Amino acid sequence: MDFAPVLHGFGVVLEPTNLLYCLIGVVIGMLIGVLPGLGPAATIAILLPVTFGIEPVTAVIMLAGIFYGAQYGGTITSVLLRLPGEASSVVTVFDGHAMARQGRAGTALGIAAIGSFVGGTVSIIALTLVAPLVAGFALDFGPPEYTALALLGILLVATISSGGRLKAVIAACVGLLLATVGQDGFTGAERFTFDNLSLADGLDFVPIAMGLFGLGEILYNLEERHRAAQAPVAVANVWPSRADLRQSSGAIGRGSLVGFVLGILPGGGATLSSLAAYALEKRRAKHPERFGKGAVEGVAAPETANNAAATSSFIPLLTLGIPANATMAVIFGALLIQGVTPGPQLVEQDPDLFWGVVNSMYIGNILLLIMSIPLVGLFVKILKVRATILAPVTVLITLIGVYTVRNSVFDIGLVIVFGALGYLMKKLGFDPGPLVLAFVLGSLLEESLRRSLLIFDGDATGFFTRPISGTLFVAFLLVALLPPLRTALRRRRPAAVPSETATQDKELV
Amino acid sequence: MSSVHHGTPGSPGGDTAAGATPRGGDSAGEELSLEEAIHRVEEAEHEGRPPAAGTLSNTLTAAAVVALGIAALIGSSRLGLGTARSPEAGTWPLLVSGALVLLGLGLLATARRTTDAERFSRASLLVLGGLATMVVFVAVISVIGFEIPAALLAFVWLRVLGREGWRTSILTSLGVVVAFYLLFVAAFSVPIPHLF
Repeated sequence: MDFAPVLHGFGVVLEPTNLLYCLIGVVIGMLIGVLPGLGPAATIAILLPVTFGIEPVTAVIMLAGIFYGAQYGGTITSVLLRLPGEASSVVTVFDGHAMARQGRAGTALGIAAIGSFVGGTVSIIALTLVAPLVAGFALDFGPPEYTALALLGILLVATISSGGRLKAVIAACVGLLLATVGQDGFTGAERFTFDNLSLADGLDFVPIAMGLFGLGEILYNLEERHRAAQAPVAVANVWPSRADLRQSSGAIGRGSLVGFVLGILPGGGATLSSLAAYALEKRRAKHPERFGKGAVEGVAAPETANNAAATSSFIPLLTLGIPANATMAVIFGALLIQGVTPGPQLVEQDPDLFWGVVNSMYIGNILLLIMSIPLVGLFVKILKVRATILAPVTVLITLIGVYTVRNSVFDIGLVIVFGALGYLMKKLGFDPGPLVLAFVLGSLLEESLRRSLLIFDGDATGFFTRPISGTLFVAFLLVALLPPLRTALRRRRPAAVPSETATQDKELV
Repeated sequence: MSSVHHGTPGSPGGDTAAGATPRGGDSAGEELSLEEAIHRVEEAEHEGRPPAAGTLSNTLTAAAVVALGIAALIGSSRLGLGTARSPEAGTWPLLVSGALVLLGLGLLATARRTTDAERFSRASLLVLGGLATMVVFVAVISVIGFEIPAALLAFVWLRVLGREGWRTSILTSLGVVVAFYLLFVAAFSVPIPHLF
């Protein structure tokens, strides 16, 4: 492959503005990773208005930094306070906190930082090699392929999201419906606008994402009983010993691989890969009973994997234009706002953006490695800022921020409506992630479907006769129909052993 | 819907989960499979949350989904349904809302076994209060500017919802408004409605 644009991408990253925003991104990411409550999707949504005034490359460099920076930050609270700052750091709690209680908190954090760095870097290199191939392959995709791909992507994200699968698919359908509001691109007919002028151009992505992820999460957290503050464990030496490094090197290697592969899959992402990497290490270990009691591999593997996954989940976004998880859906929205349509043509048409963003991750990971080891104490202090003080500040940032996008009071109202909806959804067990994802992909999906039907002259079997769209549709049907069938079969055999039902749990996360 | 399994039936976490949070050293000899780990992730996320909702609220939720689907079906049929050969503006919304109705009916059928919804409790009133401050904010912002409603919102969130002290509440809410004024009005000159 041609490496000239790759190298040119470094030139883009090294521009002072981009370096600065990369630093801002990773610092914010690390902060929200440390603070339990707001996740990366919510933070990126809340910061969307900030990205309007800056260049697309710079904006995405910052947003990407928030995403992978959060993976580093989440570790700190898992290890020191037994409070996972991020869902993807929950498994780190098992061994990380056990190590902290043995006085090895520093080692756990050090290994996690090194593992994250290695995982991230391996994943960027793999991304550099794989992404152009995927994009080249996808250049021939026509409307039928995009229909199938978007449907499969939405379904996979809904299948693996937290909460029930049925509810996640319902959320996705609501997202698709919301995407139809406004003028129909083909006929010009006004749909679901209720004669409201503000709705004529359709619903804007920003208030939806800010409301569902940002306000929804803050309102949901209001109900939470406040967890008793815990004195953090003192951190002594953060440099892992040679023995620790040797012991965890295998875990870091395998974690990188698991994370990279699972990160590419729609719905995979950081949380699932950290769990898978932990389980893999435990299965391979000679003494699996050490896990949960402070095994260094039990920290190294999941932390490496979640970072590798955070990086590789950019592949489907940047090469196919299909976001693989909720955070990617928000970044997708940010790109669309900037006038950049992610897709297979991005590598060729906008190499500065593509390689600038990819290469910024090297810099970001180095910055994080530098920050996370000596600055651990500083980040722990931030935990003392109470959620009750952060919440109103975040609410005001959201309300005023959404106004600044289009100078519209209507948008403030919209963000509040979607905040209420986001709260209700979380409360009733609906994951808002699939809704936002489906909303983002909605117009692409409808347009591709209608174009395909025109191409096939109304014959829907055409989807199955084209090799790629056919394969994707068969996969779609398998994912859609297998789990309900399995549940139905199992109900006929009520004597199913518990371990069998347990496999079902995988679908929940 | 697949949450009918071992572990914490009838509760999305709540009380039972508090005792079953990720344990460090005391899980000796316990087999921690991937499924188990995922289960614990869910429990950890639900720590300190209210208990699961009853069948009534699950049924109402499902009914709301079906109602939304039917409303959307009616709305799309008014748009012109078209055919597969020549899709109209209503074709795609019709497909989606049809799916929504079917899925809602599925949810209705499993309402009895749903355990992933939370009960509304007294704490939910806090959320209503929070929403009310935002509604006031958006209602008056174009008339009297953002400063007073923003300070009020911050104060209510701090003092009433967050149970902070008077001093912290007053000082923080004033400080936040001053900071926002300096940032948005003085520095970026965003055309946000303001008094001064």
